[in-house]
Amino acid sequence: MTVLLFTLIVLIGAFLAGLLGSLTGLGGGVIIIPLLTLGLGVDIHYAIGASIISVIATSSGSAAAYVKEGITNVRIGMFLEIATTISAIVGVLIATAIKADYIIVIFGVILLFSAFMMLKKKVDHSNNEQTSVLANYFKLNGSYPTEGGMKQYAVHHVVGGFAMMFVAGTLSGLLGIGSGALKVIGMDNIMKIPFKVSTTTSNFMIGVTAAASALVYLHKGQIDPVIAMPVTLGVICGATIGAKILIKTKTDKLKIVFAVVVTFLALQMIYKGLTGNA
Amino acid sequence: MSKEIKHYLGDKDVQVILGTLLRVGVIVSTCIVLIGGIIFMSSHTQTVVSFEHFKPEEAKFSSVADIILGLKNFEGLAIIQFGVLLLIFTPIARVVFSIFSFLMEKDYMYVIIGLIVLCVIIASLYLDVTH
Repeated sequence: MTVLLFTLIVLIGAFLAGLLGSLTGLGGGVIIIPLLTLGLGVDIHYAIGASIISVIATSSGSAAAYVKEGITNVRIGMFLEIATTISAIVGVLIATAIKADYIIVIFGVILLFSAFMMLKKKVDHSNNEQTSVLANYFKLNGSYPTEGGMKQYAVHHVVGGFAMMFVAGTLSGLLGIGSGALKVIGMDNIMKIPFKVSTTTSNFMIGVTAAASALVYLHKGQIDPVIAMPVTLGVICGATIGAKILIKTKTDKLKIVFAVVVTFLALQMIYKGLTGNA
Repeated sequence: MSKEIKHYLGDKDVQVILGTLLRVGVIVSTCIVLIGGIIFMSSHTQTVVSFEHFKPEEAKFSSVADIILGLKNFEGLAIIQFGVLLLIFTPIARVVFSIFSFLMEKDYMYVIIGLIVLCVIIASLYLDVTH
């Protein structure tokens, strides 16, 4: 394939990945990897390197939009980033040690799980019962602005949340994805952080975590500029437009359609990994 | 009461600077990737590429030093990779920025937590995992 054709295909694909990723909240990586591996026959190692770049691009792009609302809890983010950055590097090291086929199968399984999580109705478990000793010690409890003034919230199960972030970080490093679905479980369900805070805080963490793994992937030669160029440009354009549309549109139907597509891609990835066609 | 309001305003300022920092980081790195892309494409549109097999030994710009070296020779691929590097540094800048804001708040516990995160990231820069 010539550079021109390859660049054009990836550019369009990355644009759609950025657009759909920001509209559905699933992130860019989950589409970039199947596009490159299944669609263009790119080796999974290069696909992961390109995907991690798309994760950073989406994260920083949407963070710039969110940050104005001022609801990111930087302390929660920073505290949990200890877990996610260390485990991201562990994840990259695991990726170096195991067969590429296994990585593809694990990716497929996580993709299925992400599709499921995207459709699952989210329940806000937040409250203001400041019972966690660790949350008090690490000053994790906070407040955010609502229509009726500042609302206080308490953080729960700090150890459980921290452990979940370790899993999320490992998978992020191993697969080159943001692991948004797992971070949501950790923050919303275990730590009971309100949505408004968990969405932006998890986005902050995704960027920092991806940066740690990206540097290792760069050194391993997995970030190829010929792939990175159309991926970066496409994802950033798509995500920016997606963020603008998102304010005005309901995405419920789109999420269902997208979940079907993602499930199909996930099954194909699992098949590819199991049959050793990597 | 007045102290609280002042603190809130201070936080807002930090948020605005942070938002600008992130936006500038993304825009600048995108532009650099685009420039590198144009330079590279101007002479390589018909070059045949294949990424079917992972060949780490053929990776040209896989370290900060190599990228800087390539920049001096005005190589398209090096410029793309430099843009990518800047993009990677955007969230890291956010960590550094947060450490400073904790320092101003005299919250030393979080200065240390921030420094731990920063150290892990810096360690990843020096981690040698190539075979």
